[in-house]
Amino acid sequence: MTTLSLKNVRKSFGGNDVLRGIDLDITTGQMICLIGASGSGKSTLLRCLNLLEPIDDGTITLDGTDISEPGFNPQPVRQRIGMVFQSYNLFPHMTAMDNAMLAPRRIHGLGRAELEPRIAELFTRFGLGERMQHYPDQLSGGQQQRVAIVRALAMRPEIMLFDEITSALDPELVGEVLDVLRQLRTEGMTMVLATHEMGFARELADTVCFLDQGRILESGPPSQVFGAPQEARTRAFLSRVL
Amino acid sequence: MPTRRQIFETRQRRRANLIAAGSTLAVVLAIVLLVPLAPGWDRVQRSFFNGEVFAKTFPGLLEAFLLDIAIFAWCAPLIAALGLAVAIARDLRTPALYPVKLAAILYTDIFRGLPVILVIYLIGFGIPGLGLPRPWNSPYIWGSLALILVYAAYVAEVIRSGIESIHESQRAAALSLGLSTSDSMRFVILPQAIRRVVPANMNLFIALQKDVALLSFIGPVEIFRQAGVYKSLLANFTPYVGAALIFLAITIPATRYADHLMNRQRKARS
Repeated sequence: MTTLSLKNVRKSFGGNDVLRGIDLDITTGQMICLIGASGSGKSTLLRCLNLLEPIDDGTITLDGTDISEPGFNPQPVRQRIGMVFQSYNLFPHMTAMDNAMLAPRRIHGLGRAELEPRIAELFTRFGLGERMQHYPDQLSGGQQQRVAIVRALAMRPEIMLFDEITSALDPELVGEVLDVLRQLRTEGMTMVLATHEMGFARELADTVCFLDQGRILESGPPSQVFGAPQEARTRAFLSRVL
Repeated sequence: MPTRRQIFETRQRRRANLIAAGSTLAVVLAIVLLVPLAPGWDRVQRSFFNGEVFAKTFPGLLEAFLLDIAIFAWCAPLIAALGLAVAIARDLRTPALYPVKLAAILYTDIFRGLPVILVIYLIGFGIPGLGLPRPWNSPYIWGSLALILVYAAYVAEVIRSGIESIHESQRAAALSLGLSTSDSMRFVILPQAIRRVVPANMNLFIALQKDVALLSFIGPVEIFRQAGVYKSLLANFTPYVGAALIFLAITIPATRYADHLMNRQRKARS
């Protein structure tokens, strides 16, 4: 049972308070959707979870270990927490297969031959069986984003973070990426998503958190947050996006 | 059947080509007809464009140019290696390695700030002056070292600009997978950075090919020095023209190729 737990997490960039006291528990098998306007702190929160940004105050614990302690080695944590970015961030000089194999090869010291069947299976599972020897610029946006997901999954993470991964995609390509998330959901992957896909959040999330000005203003099951929002700001946000 | 527009554009293009050809011809004719009218033309022609001297000295110049190529050939890989090492040193973020970073910064500042010829004099005359035994007093070694030090400083800056041009998101993606900072550099950032600065580095190496001639000032009889020897021997400047032609035969195609690479890259990125 993996638990990632945030207590009073604060983060500011040059006097601009982006996270102002976040409390959140993420347990195995859960899917949590972070919703909220641009600039509400969703992306920063995800980057803090993966230790890409050090937090200013509060604690983040992973299975009881304080991983937010200054000087804590982030590498083992990042190996357990996968992340997918809005702009894919594939390595353009490598094929899809090499993108996915780089981290397991370097970190677990595995050879290509050992890794290839397992990673090829991942690509095939997400409809990229014909595309794994292609370079990123030979792939569509939706395909690139799916490669990025496979690349993160290749490290066999326990938790996956998704940072608005469909926001840069043409509308007709959003579906194929959301299908991958649906599939991961049925396999029981623990996921935290920052998303603008309200329909998707409503359909699949266990918990929806509405972020507003660096705070979780309201959270609960989607039926409650979408169906009967308690806060005026949540209602205002939802009426703008739904 | 061409469209109205195509007919119009064909006519325009033909007109433009005709005008360009006409004006070029006029300028060339003017030079060919007017320059020989200058009062000193006969003397210049005899001392710079003497066919007989050219034929006699050209093979010797070509042979001397092999030395330029050899010096270039052993300097270039060392420059690439040192330039890369310095570029990486400048990007170090570990506090314990700060002295290395500082040394790299000082190094690039100093060697980019000095004329090449001055470095060649200081190192090429200075170090053998220590009274080192043969072969360690050879001007080939110390002259080459001077070229390597100067050019590696430029190459390091070019590579560093390449490293900085790689978007931060690439580093974030590599780190998010759990890769170490050095692995992120080695497998993700550097391969992209180096590819991006190949054309800029090619221009530096073309400049190096020309600057090899500066070593003649501290001894090696390469093409420029050899041309000087012929000049004194035959009291004629034609060997310098021969040497210039030999340099151009190498540098013009190389420059064109670098431009071609640079254009291709610009197109690929837009």
